[in-house]
Amino acid sequence: MTPRRSRTGLARIAAIVLAAAALPSAATALPFWMKLPEGVSTYSGRVDGLFRLILWITGIIFVVVEALLLVFLIRYRHREGRRPRYTHGSNRLEVIWTIVPAVICVVLALLSRATWADIKQHLPKDGVQIEITAEQFAWNVRYAGLDNRFDTADDVLSLNQLHFPVGQPVIVTLHSKDVIHSFFLPEFRVKQDAVPGLSTRIWFEGTRTGHWEIACAELCGLGHYRMKGFVTVETPEEFAKWLHEQAASAAPEAAPAAAPEATPAASPQEAKS
Amino acid sequence: MSSVAVAHELPHAGHPAPTSFWRKYIFSLDHKVIGKQYLFYALFMLVIGGLLATLVRYQLAWPGRPLAFMGKIAPEGMPGGQMLPEFYNSLFTMHATIMIFFAIMPILIGAFGNFVVPIQIGARDMAFPTLNMLSFWTAVPGAVLIIWSFFVTGGAAQGGWTSYAPLSAITPRGQTLWLLSLLVLGISSLLTAVNFITTIINMRAPGMTFFRLPLTVWALFITAILLLLALPVLSGAMIMLLFDRTLGTTFFLPKGLVVSGQPWTNAGGGQALLWQHLFWFFGHPEVYIMILPAMGITSEILPVFSRKPIFGYRAMAYSIMGIAGLGFIVWGHHMFQSGMNPYLGTTFMISTMVIAVPSAIKTFNWLGTLWGGSIKFTTPMLHALSFVSMFVIGGLSGIFMAATPVDIFIHDTYFIVGHIHYVLFGGSLFGAFAGMYYWYPKMFGRMMSERWGKIHWFITFVCFNLVFFPMHFLGMRGMQRRIYDYTQYAHLKGLQPMNQFMTISLFVLGIAQIILVFNFFLSMRRGKLAGNNPWQANTLEWQTTSPPPHENFKGSVPSVYRGPYEYSAPDHDADFWPQNEPPSGARPAGAHAH
Amino acid sequence: MMSKRALLILLAGAVSLTLAACGGGKEEDALDEESAPTTSTASAAAPAAAAPAAAPAAAPAAGGATITGKVAFAGTAPAKEQIKMDADAYCKAAHPTPVYTQDVEINPNGTLKDVFVYVKEGITGNYPAPTTPVELDQEGCQYHPHIFGIQAGQPLKIVNSDSTLHNIHALPKTNAEFNIGQPFKGMATTKKFDKPEMPVRFKCDVHKWMGAYVGVMSHPFFSVTNDQGTFEIKNLPPGTYTIEAWQEKYGPQTQTVTISGNESKTVDFSFKG
Repeated sequence: MTPRRSRTGLARIAAIVLAAAALPSAATALPFWMKLPEGVSTYSGRVDGLFRLILWITGIIFVVVEALLLVFLIRYRHREGRRPRYTHGSNRLEVIWTIVPAVICVVLALLSRATWADIKQHLPKDGVQIEITAEQFAWNVRYAGLDNRFDTADDVLSLNQLHFPVGQPVIVTLHSKDVIHSFFLPEFRVKQDAVPGLSTRIWFEGTRTGHWEIACAELCGLGHYRMKGFVTVETPEEFAKWLHEQAASAAPEAAPAAAPEATPAASPQEAKS
Repeated sequence: MSSVAVAHELPHAGHPAPTSFWRKYIFSLDHKVIGKQYLFYALFMLVIGGLLATLVRYQLAWPGRPLAFMGKIAPEGMPGGQMLPEFYNSLFTMHATIMIFFAIMPILIGAFGNFVVPIQIGARDMAFPTLNMLSFWTAVPGAVLIIWSFFVTGGAAQGGWTSYAPLSAITPRGQTLWLLSLLVLGISSLLTAVNFITTIINMRAPGMTFFRLPLTVWALFITAILLLLALPVLSGAMIMLLFDRTLGTTFFLPKGLVVSGQPWTNAGGGQALLWQHLFWFFGHPEVYIMILPAMGITSEILPVFSRKPIFGYRAMAYSIMGIAGLGFIVWGHHMFQSGMNPYLGTTFMISTMVIAVPSAIKTFNWLGTLWGGSIKFTTPMLHALSFVSMFVIGGLSGIFMAATPVDIFIHDTYFIVGHIHYVLFGGSLFGAFAGMYYWYPKMFGRMMSERWGKIHWFITFVCFNLVFFPMHFLGMRGMQRRIYDYTQYAHLKGLQPMNQFMTISLFVLGIAQIILVFNFFLSMRRGKLAGNNPWQANTLEWQTTSPPPHENFKGSVPSVYRGPYEYSAPDHDADFWPQNEPPSGARPAGAHAH
Repeated sequence: MMSKRALLILLAGAVSLTLAACGGGKEEDALDEESAPTTSTASAAAPAAAAPAAAPAAAPAAGGATITGKVAFAGTAPAKEQIKMDADAYCKAAHPTPVYTQDVEINPNGTLKDVFVYVKEGITGNYPAPTTPVELDQEGCQYHPHIFGIQAGQPLKIVNSDSTLHNIHALPKTNAEFNIGQPFKGMATTKKFDKPEMPVRFKCDVHKWMGAYVGVMSHPFFSVTNDQGTFEIKNLPPGTYTIEAWQEKYGPQTQTVTISGNESKTVDFSFKG
């Protein structure tokens, strides 16, 4: 079900480190705004784990640096008669504080690499096929239907309604009609720009059923803030039933439904002639 | 080893002291006057940019609540005082554009660069004084155009300061003025860059070797090189976008574009992502263009008020160069989620992680400078220390978005907005304030009020954190940036109290700046007379009168005998040792012999 | 976007904004008359009736002739497509019963509603635009009226009666395009079309099913068929006229009619499905 993971030793180390990083914060009773939103995709935990790891590392650096700064400011404040230390630096110290950040950064980069590759590079072989075409200011969602193939009779179209089954990888092909939009599912830790002229494929897998929202994360015009969609994660049976209902309600006029923007017979030119 | 000063005067484009009002104050060739002109220009635009931000934050605190008087000022953008989303988009676009291009760059490079660099290197003026004047007077129409764009049909640009195509290709007319304005301003910046580079290479006083340059000069030297290399790329991209908008080209418009249900007339063949590559190839060095001069100013001020040499002078200079060089290969980290090949994402992540290293070196060297010092908490010092502590936050938060998987979540959220404000306000602007308090006595011959300066600093420092630190929390909740009414979203419910808190803090922050304005203008008349060297500093600008005479130095230009940060030297009585003071025992050589 | 004197006021204003809003902001009552929904005398449902009423006073060429008629429909009615309003929870809640597309509205008596009938050629006089605004209301995520007429230069008052964002995107060919957002209920914007143009489409990019058409006329001689399928054009001076009936989906039809004196003439149209 899950994508092929890079089974390197690095990934295993990463998993351990991330688990350790995730532990202490799991139990704390922080106010909601100090916590990440609930993660409901298979990889949200890995993203959050990295976030927490970086938070710990940068947090420690932050505390140490600011504490040193404060200590120096208090300890070395101006006093009459005290002569400052005349030094132009220390090569050894400077080498240390060049190498330590470099090592931390490289390690972080390597840890991130595997997660990034699993999220953005290795798409699962099969999954529920959905095509999303963004436009100002709506998400056109096209489902491949029960046969899981596009351009067949059972394709289902919806506007702003994204349904998918829990526990199955979903493969979304993103397009845009006009400007750049960004498909953002905060709780799933999914974000990918929809770029006109490009076709971008992403994947995710929900871990529980529920209702969430699609947000647009890339400025797309005056309705950007309101380019909101609705996510419903349901059991595979419910999803199949929903597809059925949608196909049934759209059936009588399948043809016009496929081209909602088709210009009616009367274009202004014809009206004038 | 070149401690023996060369006694002859270096060539420079000398010009006689002007006598008429126009030549003295308006179309002046004197770098000091031009520097002050930039200072007033930048402060004026800073006020405008700040007011725009206030409106943005008002909307975020109380979405849709009418603001009656704004209904009169902007009847189309805020009919009845209720803000329209398109007007909101204009506001944050123009806030960022004005702050970046018309406030921070002019104050750091135009004002301090112009005023300080020639004096610090011991030159009589910039290498090309007329070009310098033209730089400023090219920047003025740039500002006029950008303000004018508020008054055209459809309002000012609405595409964000990044102006991503195709949105920026299809938005109303204000975007065209935005492009024209920045193109004009780009010419101004290029002229300035050429002038700085030439001046710093050719016009240094005798004995002023590269590794005796004050770090402000180093920073501005590298900044000028960055400008020269990065800005033409932006200008090229903007011309292409202008053509897409007006001449029917399709550089950024892919095939099959359908806008609002209508096929777009000129679409086909272009690449939407091309704009992002070009923009960020400029845009990332641009971040360093704005932060390096502030780093230079901080490196200048910390030794003066710690009364000890800068820690690791060469490392500081090299790290500036390192940041500048690496700055050109990290642009892709703005595009991790853009649809760029994800394999490239990994590459850019690594280069981005590496660029954290020179910044870390600088931070630790600043700490090293304070260590064992004799720290005086003057207003410039407080601002420089704020720079250090706030830049740490801005730098560390950058690591979150450098890590590609984390960036998936926080990209285009308020986390980014928090990060950029910690770098540009916490960093650049505190650096600019530090520079302003530090060089004000040299510019105007009088001291600013230390007491009011400290009150201004305290409120600014506290409120700055109250406004911008919560942005990280908003970003962690997934609140998108550039969003007119976040209360629309279920996942952002409950964030309104925090937004209101931030907005009220911003109002206090804004009011505190009135203190600065009064301190600035009243001190010109009433401030304590500064004397030549009120801070007892070593660099050359403090070894001449305040303000310096026409051509900066009476008699010949000074000769330089040592580095800029020789404070508390054991073999010297005074705790400072001006760069041009001849070594003890030696007769005043070189310059004074003439 | 901003008034000419705004710049100076902007400076002064935002300072007072800072002061005002610091006190917690008590501006709820500040909604001024420009945005408050005013009770317009122009009935949205009968713009054709309102327009001629204002016209004769200023128009010397007005006569006493009347053209009435009926627009019939023949053939099979196209299947109605249900609008999926679940793209916006507000819209869905506003309509407990299914809502259908409005491109062909067949009355129970077999006639066509919402056909725009106007004098296309033959008008010689000058008819200044009335100052009474025509109102276009957005309610329940639909435009009211769906088809209407307005004179060039006559104010068009666009009102949002929904608690959701609508953007009114006018897509004219000869007039200036505009696209304005109305995020809150009760917002109103007044616009004008300078030149005659037939037809001009309105759409909302947030709710893609929303569409309306306006005929921008140089004179007040136009009408829209009602739920009886009839129309009436009053106060015509004598002359020979080309009358056009324009239907959104089926396009235009024309007939020529000659009028002498204050007579009443009947002109009927018929569209085939």
